[in-house]
Amino acid sequence: MVTGSWLNSGVRRGTVVPVRHPVATLWHVPVESVYPRLEPLLPHVSKPVQYVGGEPNATVKDWDETTVRWCLMYPDAYEVGLPNQGVMILYEILNEQPGVLAERTYAVWPDMEELMRRHGVPQFTVDAHRPVAAFDVLGVSFATELGYTNLLTALDLAGVPLRSRERTDEHPVVLAGGHAAFNPEPVADFVDAVVLGDGERAVLEITELVRRFKAEGRPGGRERLLRRLAEHGVYVPGFHEVTYRPDGHIERVRPTREGVPHRVFKRTTTDLDEWPYPKQPLVPVAESVHERMSVEIFRGCTRGCRFCQAGMITRPVRERSKRGVEDMVRRGLEATGFEEVGLLSLSSADHSEIGEITKGLADRYEGTNTGLSLPSTRVDAFNVDLANELARNGRRSGLTFAPEGGSERIRRVINKTVSERDLIRTVSTAYASGWRQVKLYFMCGLPTETDEDVLRIATMAKEVVRAGRSASGRRDIRCTVSIGGFVPKPHTPFQWAAQADPDTVDARMRALREEIGSDRELGRRIGVRYHDGKPSLIEGLLSRGDRRVGRVIERVWREGGRFDGWNEYFSYERWVRAAAEVLPPLGVDMDWFTTRERTRDEVLPWDHLDSGLDREWLWNDWQDALQAREQEDCRWTPCFDCGVCPTTGTDIEMGPSGRPLLPITPVRDGSPVPNTAFDTPSGDR
Amino acid sequence: MYPGLRPVGRPRRSTTEETLSQYQPATVTGWKVRLRYTKRDRLRFASHRDLTRVFERALRRAGVPLAYSRGYSPHPRISWAGTAPTGVASEAEYAELRLEREVPVETLRNELRAALPEGLDVAEAVPAGAGSLEERLLASRWWLELDGVAPGETSEALCRLLSRDSVEVERVTRKGRRVLDVRAAVVSADSVDPTEYGVHLDAVRDRHSVDAPHTDDCPDRARQYGIIVMVVRHTTPVVRPDDVLNALRVVADLPVPGVARATRLAQGRLDEGGAIADPLAQDRAAAGSRQVGSTLG
Repeated sequence: MVTGSWLNSGVRRGTVVPVRHPVATLWHVPVESVYPRLEPLLPHVSKPVQYVGGEPNATVKDWDETTVRWCLMYPDAYEVGLPNQGVMILYEILNEQPGVLAERTYAVWPDMEELMRRHGVPQFTVDAHRPVAAFDVLGVSFATELGYTNLLTALDLAGVPLRSRERTDEHPVVLAGGHAAFNPEPVADFVDAVVLGDGERAVLEITELVRRFKAEGRPGGRERLLRRLAEHGVYVPGFHEVTYRPDGHIERVRPTREGVPHRVFKRTTTDLDEWPYPKQPLVPVAESVHERMSVEIFRGCTRGCRFCQAGMITRPVRERSKRGVEDMVRRGLEATGFEEVGLLSLSSADHSEIGEITKGLADRYEGTNTGLSLPSTRVDAFNVDLANELARNGRRSGLTFAPEGGSERIRRVINKTVSERDLIRTVSTAYASGWRQVKLYFMCGLPTETDEDVLRIATMAKEVVRAGRSASGRRDIRCTVSIGGFVPKPHTPFQWAAQADPDTVDARMRALREEIGSDRELGRRIGVRYHDGKPSLIEGLLSRGDRRVGRVIERVWREGGRFDGWNEYFSYERWVRAAAEVLPPLGVDMDWFTTRERTRDEVLPWDHLDSGLDREWLWNDWQDALQAREQEDCRWTPCFDCGVCPTTGTDIEMGPSGRPLLPITPVRDGSPVPNTAFDTPSGDR
Repeated sequence: MYPGLRPVGRPRRSTTEETLSQYQPATVTGWKVRLRYTKRDRLRFASHRDLTRVFERALRRAGVPLAYSRGYSPHPRISWAGTAPTGVASEAEYAELRLEREVPVETLRNELRAALPEGLDVAEAVPAGAGSLEERLLASRWWLELDGVAPGETSEALCRLLSRDSVEVERVTRKGRRVLDVRAAVVSADSVDPTEYGVHLDAVRDRHSVDAPHTDDCPDRARQYGIIVMVVRHTTPVVRPDDVLNALRVVADLPVPGVARATRLAQGRLDEGGAIADPLAQDRAAAGSRQVGSTLG
């Protein structure tokens, strides 16, 4: 056992919230479970099962038999956080390591928060209900910026100081990751360290650094550990100083410690077949937003949609082999019993072997009541073939396509190359093969967008219904149009763009609605779903904000801001008010961060964080966008020098995988899992 | 999400299936098996919908050849008899599964037990005999813990409740505000000495194994518990343990906690002595005689 107080060796009772009545120990419990204090609160909160853990494939390890302890957090409600692949993958990778323990925590709803505060129950993990403050590392996965206020709630409930610089050797290292962490500056004051990119190897490296540090007796305390992390390519915002010019622009960002690199590079996991995680996906007891098992069939995307941060920061494309996908599906179904498998990626139909994969899986699981789905499909007749293959066992409810822009011009601006003729042909095929509903995704507020670009969505939707009627010979054809407000994101060609103000976005959406409704007959067959533009503006503030925005986040949180991704909790007024109070004294305001177009030479808050994309290439792509010039995909055309492969030392990894296609034996017995225990001698199989 | 699932408490399917089940044919109509399962520990906070999901997935993990309905959206053929409310534990929940073919019941039980998460356990699996299971589930025996209430106070309050002809309480259901006569549903209720039932408490609450130590669910022995064991008839709408608690508040000024910690101990028909009959006894007897018959044959 190592000694010293840093990073919580053994028992640290009472530092966060005094333990009211020690539990009779039936066995040795070094860090006490808060469950006895939590349980009496559970009957008084909504959906209590989300706080009890015990899900199939969850892991509980003995505290004392481990030396490095991670608490992984998804800063949203359990029902959203549990299915998150990032957390699930890291949870399993860490727990597979001897001497390492990982548990999970999620944002608690305000009803629970209130009771926890009243009864002195700290933020806990759902696995063994251990207090979050007792862990070595609190890893927080930010898929979106709207979880920032929930991080503050969790830290506060855990008894961990909100600000990094106020933490002592007693507290966990707060480590951020996920896509939003590619610009962590707005939360730079609240997190200790940030990992950019894929986490698989990074968490193991960090684990090793923490293990060694603890074994050495924690020389130099917290500061020294953070130094070691920084020296190993982890971004420690506290070691970078940001200075501002009198006009409010960033002057420069530079490291303040020797040995801390100026630039921080993203991590890239290569050879996905070596990382078949999650092998044992968690199966929630509570209802969650994705009632299915996900198998990531490839990572990265080079379609080059200019609005898409995920497509930019996850390059290059790395495919999982056909065999690898099949194995993960088989093992995952055996481990979970899920009724549906989603073949996950940023554009699943683009897998070079997708046809064989879907056919193989559909054959294998026919008759087992196992659904297969391909989220994120592009507008392409090939996708309809795939969908037909997947829907062979019945279910033929709706197909989703994402043209994203209403007019051909705006689609060229965003580099979402699809012609209206392609779209009509695609949906016609879909309706002709028995699909009754098509859902179309669009964005509003795109750079260079005019009212006409948006109104064009109405024309397209009507045309879709007409084409569907003639292709299927039926009148009960439906088309749903779903529109979201565009938010410019860091590390994309649109990082310099002015975000459209909410009034413009709302006016265009209203006009579109009227335009669709103007045709009474067709209009009735078209559903329109849209969100107002206000939440997008706040998302924009948080996406492209710098460290000064952190004060807005804290102010909003102190005034009760929680669960900003949820309409019933999000308050636009609260954000606007906080921004108006906090930012002007610093020489900036809400508009400065959102609706202002950036210049080429401006230092962007995330410029020192390297996603591999060449800044010059991004700028040229932005210029191409303004000229409505398209960019090809480097998977099937020559490299266009975006910079990622040379910077990250990687290359495109795609099929054919060259491995022989193994014959897949159909399962067919009601269940996707063959169990020989049920094979009776007189069996009728 | 599960459109095929029958809402709890509604009248069940057509009688055709019942008639068929008497002959237990291993044909396309499948084979039915009845389960008694438990809902303990942390999983008592699962709702009925949560449990159906957990069960269905466990059945699939276990590779049980479960029968599915036909049609546009096939769903597993499981009938749930009136389930314990969210937050309430149970030693006696019942369900009926339809499988595609007959399997050894002990194998089914063992495989399913291994696949279910901690807290859910299959206590019994019996091939379905004739008659409806749900029609036999007419009353429950409950174990009710009143945290922080002395046994003396508890029995005093119970005396008052039982001496009344009617005690009405309100409950907000999905259909709106309903008034329930708790007294009419309560067949018997006794305050029991917790120390006497100490062993039983452990049996109900704890299912810890040595190789998987859990830091949760440690019963706190230092506190005072008023404990009620009661038999309650299943009325419409059903009188839940919380309703009994509210009734106790009506008749006595009892400082009871907001929500009771309750466990259903048994379900079945009421016999003349006010005891609860095992609802699977008939099925067990029928299965036994068939077995004897087939051995002889």
